[in-house]
Amino acid sequence: MTLKNHLKDPRYYQIAVLTSLVCFGVVALDFGIHWQNAVTIVATALGVQLLGTHYARLPHFDPLSPLITSLSLTLLLRTDELALAAAAAAIAIGGKFLIRFRGKHVFNPANMALVTLMLASDQAWVSSGQWGSAAIGAFTLACLGFLVLTRARRAETTIAFLLIYASMLFGRAAWLGDPLAIPMHQLQNGALLIFAFFMISDPKTTPNSAAGRVLFAAIVATIAFTIQFIYYEPNGPILALIISAPAVPLIDTLMRGQLYRWQRPAARARNPVKGVY
Amino acid sequence: MKILISVVAALLTVVVTTSAQAFCGFYVARADTSLFNRASQVVLVRDENRTVITMANDFEGKVADFAVVVPVPTMIEREQINVGDRAVVQHLDAYTSPRLVEYHDPDPCMRYDRMEMSQDSAAFPKASSEMKRAARSQGVTIEASYTVGEYDILILSASQSDGLIRWLNDNGYRIPRGAKRVVDSYLKQDMRFFVAKVNLEEQSKLGYQYLRPLQVAYESNKFMLPIRLGTLNAKGKQELYVYALTRTGRVETTNYRTVKLPTNTELPEFVQGEFPEFYRAMFDKQTRAENERGVFLEYAWDMAWCDPCAADPLSAKELRQLGVFWIGGNNSRAGKIAPPPAAAQNVFVTRLHVRYDREHFPEDLVFQETGDRQNYQGRYVIRHPWKGETSCDATQYQASVRDRQEREAQQLANLTGWNIDDIRAKIKFAGGERPLPRKEPWWKRIWG
Repeated sequence: MTLKNHLKDPRYYQIAVLTSLVCFGVVALDFGIHWQNAVTIVATALGVQLLGTHYARLPHFDPLSPLITSLSLTLLLRTDELALAAAAAAIAIGGKFLIRFRGKHVFNPANMALVTLMLASDQAWVSSGQWGSAAIGAFTLACLGFLVLTRARRAETTIAFLLIYASMLFGRAAWLGDPLAIPMHQLQNGALLIFAFFMISDPKTTPNSAAGRVLFAAIVATIAFTIQFIYYEPNGPILALIISAPAVPLIDTLMRGQLYRWQRPAARARNPVKGVY
Repeated sequence: MKILISVVAALLTVVVTTSAQAFCGFYVARADTSLFNRASQVVLVRDENRTVITMANDFEGKVADFAVVVPVPTMIEREQINVGDRAVVQHLDAYTSPRLVEYHDPDPCMRYDRMEMSQDSAAFPKASSEMKRAARSQGVTIEASYTVGEYDILILSASQSDGLIRWLNDNGYRIPRGAKRVVDSYLKQDMRFFVAKVNLEEQSKLGYQYLRPLQVAYESNKFMLPIRLGTLNAKGKQELYVYALTRTGRVETTNYRTVKLPTNTELPEFVQGEFPEFYRAMFDKQTRAENERGVFLEYAWDMAWCDPCAADPLSAKELRQLGVFWIGGNNSRAGKIAPPPAAAQNVFVTRLHVRYDREHFPEDLVFQETGDRQNYQGRYVIRHPWKGETSCDATQYQASVRDRQEREAQQLANLTGWNIDDIRAKIKFAGGERPLPRKEPWWKRIWG
């Protein structure tokens, strides 16, 4: 693959942003990431991907997607047990090969691993507030840069989710008569940004059509808001994504017509990597 | 001076009662909540969706002027309210305080294997019918009124904030300007208001000279602490200590960064006499480093033990008094300086210290319980050089002590922002001389 082609694949940019964030988090910010966890997660994810490639008889081993999944997991998952970190990576990548519907995997890999571990064990959790404003600012810039540099390929999901979720937060503040500082503060959340830019954006687990993706983002944002501000439970977006995932095949069935007319020819050129994302 | 005296007393008792297994140093002083003015302390006992909150404060005015208005997420029955024991909160404060420990250098001429610390590790009577009628006319519902201990307590709900604020003002509560919007917001979130005043008659009958902490137990998914009303009338920043007692692990804020304070740092000997000043300066510097938006972790530990102990762990009885409902009520005390016994109390304590104001903490504190059971303590170390007679040439030892003293000076300057020269001037450098500003050239050691 030429350098030009490399630059076309947005995943290189994603990996660069996530890796620098993990390094920053481990070295400078002390937001609870242990390097041992990072190594365990990356190694397990690549190993399971290798096994999956072999058993699913894929043409070649693709390390990019498992890398993105493991970096997202490293940033979001907190645990003191290395075995749980390894289990998370195995669930994420294994689930991708095992739970499939019409040639697509149903659940976002990192999302499924996070929710499984949070429900199954009280030793795993997500630290959403551990970023600090400086880190948030830098990270927001990097994420927006990602949208610009990759010419916003398939970015509808991210943009729609953020816009809808933000308007719900501002709407709530307006109804309660709260100062704007409160919804602004709620949006400055590292876990929310990772979720919006690196998890819900995954083209393999979102609907095929652009309209479908916007609808999907609206469903996720509504459920996330309900969990967070009506039931007062933490981790609204992460739980909302897994609840909404089964809606993707349904949306794909309903909105298929649009997909074939304008999405497909471009999609081939845009997504040159074959195999399991 | 008071602190110095207690340091000496504590040192004596600790030295007598502990043996050499105190690898983490001998405890000499602590930085408890009395270091900071206008500090409120809240104990949050939380398991699943059950919460028991204990509110203690350092109110020092006339008790007749005391009143609290606290938003609560549910209706509160009489049995859900209790007046607690201030001593238990003080004990919890002492147990979880950042601590100063000391080591004494051994005789440099004797050979020992070095011991390392293991790293694992206006009173109103019961709401009269008249009062209720007046309330209703302002859109305020007095859902309940109780007298508990020395407090008169009302649980209020309202259709509109105007009525509630007018009612509170009419009934002698001084509600700050700007409260309307905040009260409105809480009402729309279906919160009730828990208001308490001191019943002077009851208080004189009970004979307490101070205000005992109020305790409320409720069931709600909301694991939060409403701080917004408190930021309205405050002059400047306020100090808040939250002690969370949970079954699973450490508690952190989900909407603000929870930061561990620097710990296990070696400091110059003179800090022993200035530990409160040191701690305040360090805390100031760390708050600024976090852009005044940080929540600071001061202690996270399994309640079964401590090492070194700034105070004994709380007994099962004390924990029950604080509302830890999942443990038995027998009066067994946990081990001191010992690994957790097989039947541990299953209580994990987290101490958070927040300095907040409206600008930097616009939103209420929201918490979550994590699975993290790693122990953390604010622990600062002083090492006393050997001052006895030496039977050998101690030049090298003294040089190493001087290097260490210089390093300690730099660490202290780093943590507090104090001037390094002022610090150096207070240090009694070993052998009376300060270390050379530059290291000796490398070639001096080649041929001996």
